[in-house]
Amino acid sequence: MTSLLILLVLILLSVALWQLTKIFDLTQVGKNKVNNQVADDNDNKVNGYLSFGFLAFIYIITIYCIVNYGKFPLMSNAASVHGKEVDNLMWISMILIFVVQTITQGLLFYFSYKYRGKKGQVATYFSDNNKLEFIWSSIPAIVLAVLIFFGLYSWTDIMFINEKVEKPIVIEIYAQQFKWTARYSGQDNVLGKANVRLIEGVNVLGVDLSDPNAQDDIVSDELHLPKGQKVIFKIRSQDVLHSMYMPHFRAQMNCVPGMVTQFGFTPSITTVEMRETPDMVEKVANINKIRESKSVELVAEGKTALDPYTFDFLLLCNKICGASHYNMQMKIVVDTPQDYKKWLSGKTSLIQSVKTAALEDAKPKDGEAKTSKMDSMPVKKDSSLMASQEPTK
Amino acid sequence: MSNAHDIQAHDDHSSHDHHEHHHKDTFITKYIFSIDHKMIAKQYLLTGIFMGIIGVGMSLLFRLQLAWPEQSFKVFSFFLGEKMAPNGVMTNEAYLSLITIHGTIMVFFVLTAALSGTFSNLLIPLQLGARDMASGFLNMVSYWLFFLSSVVMVSSLFIESGPANAGWTIYPPLSALPQAISGSGLGMTLWLVSMAIFIAASLMGSLNYIVTVINLRTKGMSMTRMPLTIWAFFVTAIIGVVSFPVLLSAALLLIMDRSFGTSFFLSDIYLAGEVLNYQGGSPVLFEHLFWFLGHPEVYIILLPALGITSEVIATNSRKPIFGYRAMIMSILAIAFLSTIVWGHHMFISGMNPFLGSVFTFTTLLIAIPSAVKAFNYITTLWKGNLQLNPAMLFSIGLVSTFITGGLTGIILGDSTLDINVHDTYFVVAHFHLVMGISALYGMFAGIYHWYPKMFGRMLNKTLGYVHFWVTAICAYGVFFPMHFIGMAGLPRRYYENTNFPLFDDLQDVNVVITTFALIGGAFQLVFLYNFFSSIFYGKRTVQNPWRSNTLEWTAPIEHIHGNWPGEIPEVYRWPYDYSKPGHDEDFVPQNVPMKPGEEVLHH
Repeated sequence: MTSLLILLVLILLSVALWQLTKIFDLTQVGKNKVNNQVADDNDNKVNGYLSFGFLAFIYIITIYCIVNYGKFPLMSNAASVHGKEVDNLMWISMILIFVVQTITQGLLFYFSYKYRGKKGQVATYFSDNNKLEFIWSSIPAIVLAVLIFFGLYSWTDIMFINEKVEKPIVIEIYAQQFKWTARYSGQDNVLGKANVRLIEGVNVLGVDLSDPNAQDDIVSDELHLPKGQKVIFKIRSQDVLHSMYMPHFRAQMNCVPGMVTQFGFTPSITTVEMRETPDMVEKVANINKIRESKSVELVAEGKTALDPYTFDFLLLCNKICGASHYNMQMKIVVDTPQDYKKWLSGKTSLIQSVKTAALEDAKPKDGEAKTSKMDSMPVKKDSSLMASQEPTK
Repeated sequence: MSNAHDIQAHDDHSSHDHHEHHHKDTFITKYIFSIDHKMIAKQYLLTGIFMGIIGVGMSLLFRLQLAWPEQSFKVFSFFLGEKMAPNGVMTNEAYLSLITIHGTIMVFFVLTAALSGTFSNLLIPLQLGARDMASGFLNMVSYWLFFLSSVVMVSSLFIESGPANAGWTIYPPLSALPQAISGSGLGMTLWLVSMAIFIAASLMGSLNYIVTVINLRTKGMSMTRMPLTIWAFFVTAIIGVVSFPVLLSAALLLIMDRSFGTSFFLSDIYLAGEVLNYQGGSPVLFEHLFWFLGHPEVYIILLPALGITSEVIATNSRKPIFGYRAMIMSILAIAFLSTIVWGHHMFISGMNPFLGSVFTFTTLLIAIPSAVKAFNYITTLWKGNLQLNPAMLFSIGLVSTFITGGLTGIILGDSTLDINVHDTYFVVAHFHLVMGISALYGMFAGIYHWYPKMFGRMLNKTLGYVHFWVTAICAYGVFFPMHFIGMAGLPRRYYENTNFPLFDDLQDVNVVITTFALIGGAFQLVFLYNFFSSIFYGKRTVQNPWRSNTLEWTAPIEHIHGNWPGEIPEVYRWPYDYSKPGHDEDFVPQNVPMKPGEEVLHH
């Protein structure tokens, strides 16, 4: 079927090509001149008009994309406080870009059409004009200065967090091929020391269990955040570079083995509230429509249907990190502060889990070799193994 | 459009036929180990076209996977084989290999080596009025090292564990540890070896270009009478000499880390159930070293293309390039700034945010000379007498994509905005337009324009027009919608997006993009057919088909060692005296003396 389709496309393409050549050749008919493969007046005319057509194409594709794809860009509905600032700046820059793009492309292709070569037409000998050069060096300079100023102001605001004054909640984000883990700092709001050399058994993050600050640390596979409270992420990686990307919060920071990086923000809307925003309702409905129609196809092929989609904030890996880079994600839930507290108090601390594991080890079941948790999660290198571990699509 | 002017000039020269450089060539010294810059240029071009076919072909393969994830395609079975595409379904590792090698080949082998190598070699001696490069032998060695590095890179496609697949930026630790990804075994070793050889080749070429431009200009060819092509090649070579060695050292250190147990870029790694012995290194250091080359590299690619279009646009507009001095100043400004902006690739790498502020500042500064160049091109078209040859169309196309792609740079160069679009398809769309497509257009413009100089025959213009218009439409068709899915937060380098229902609504856009890519890719065959058939069957050219001012068109069509029979032409004027009032023709070649009382502009 696909090969037939490809063949069909190829045939159609060659027909299109043949026709195009024909058209260009037809424009030569009756010219009755030696064709020395240099553009003549007729070529200039045809291509001048095509330039004008191309300008129309640029405008049309711009409008088409804005109308049909304009809902995709994350430029509104930010889920963090600083996200609004980012979105504002994005809007300003985008509008500026579109204005400049429209004018310059317009001039470029209009001139290509307007001044297309004709016999007897003489070009103006115009080689220099300091005033013009000055104008179009200084206009971009001024505009960019404004953008830089605004941009740097926001950047400083986002990146420099005074932990002593703002007292953000400290959470560790831990990256490994191909999994995210979160560690909450607990009551003392200080993370216990950690190093990959200390990884053992349930202590998959290599936390120094003798560190007093580590005693109340809590490890979780799901990231919960309280609305309206500043959080700061201390980010580590155990193997290769990853990138902690939370698009809805306008947040991203690389995870670098051997160092701790950080990024902080204040969530401004809970997951439940986000699901109810009109934009999101529309988006989810659209996605579910797509999934339903795809499910019909899948079921017809004897495969399982796709689950319906409900919106959740996500943490994605955004730095190539290995074969399964494309499926390294963690769910983020933004709760009200009360729900967040409730959720957190329901979790067992790391120390507790280690103790429980040690107790279980003390009474080993016969014949069962003791395996650490890490060993049961081998690095997914083998692609056939990979395929079997992927969730059903 | 016969041109009495030229033919006469030609006759004048052939009357005193010295041929002191002419000697009998064997097949090997003429076509293979040639030290003639014109032949070396052609060798670069053919190698580049071959690598380009591989690079573009790969992109079409992974575009198929992105539009129809995990579908079985016969082309996959055919090109990738059973291992990389079992039952015709591309594996995730094969996908990463394809994007990695696509990037490497297009950036280094096509747009750096083939573009710069072809046209610097062809034009520097011819447009300066030199007999050959300063060192013909070094030039030959440079090409053959490039050839060797191409062979090594291509051979890495056929090894058991697969080619490198850590992305073309080869960030360690992923690229350093074979346990992390299969391509980081022998595949990455070959990649590094290939690039080390490539850098040696590039350095030899660049040094040669610099020396030639400084020393071998003909009488009267002052620096401010050089065509903008030469200015671009000259400055490109300087940036190359400054920045490529840094990549070499990064590559060497990475080889040490990989093979000899050092820890330059590695620290605290727990992989495959064991702690590795590395301690104290930093991947961020590698990023700094890589982008110290990586960003100037963008301009190493782009400046030659801009140089070519400056020349082509002026010639075909029958008008002087607007703001010649401003153009030179912009080239110099871009070259300088390009070496101090690399940090904008690393805003969120974990480096000090204050450094990010500095790089935002320098990055947005570079927009100013770029804007000046774009405005100057547009003004050159204004009130011209545009001869819309295929080369001219590609040049106009370049200005268009340069603007479209350059404008989104304002977003990416701003650290605040970069946070959310970093490493998404927005970036992919941006750099493909501003340096990929633009530089390719520049290369096509150069090929269409100087083909008669290289092969003595003309390319078919009708096929050229078809090639241009379809390519132009498809290029925007591919990359314009891509901005939108990038801004939706879709990360690049994902094998498929089906694990994220969040992105389900973007799948249609991916199909549109792939369709345009396939059509655009297919129409490159038109160019290939035109190129190869015209070598043998093209219309024979006249000496100066575009009625151009620069010196290469005063050399005879037939290639000879030493370029000009007899005397080297002397230069009396700048290269942009098109449609100058007071002359009969609408062009005045550089070797025509000034008329008595003719006005000399202070360019």
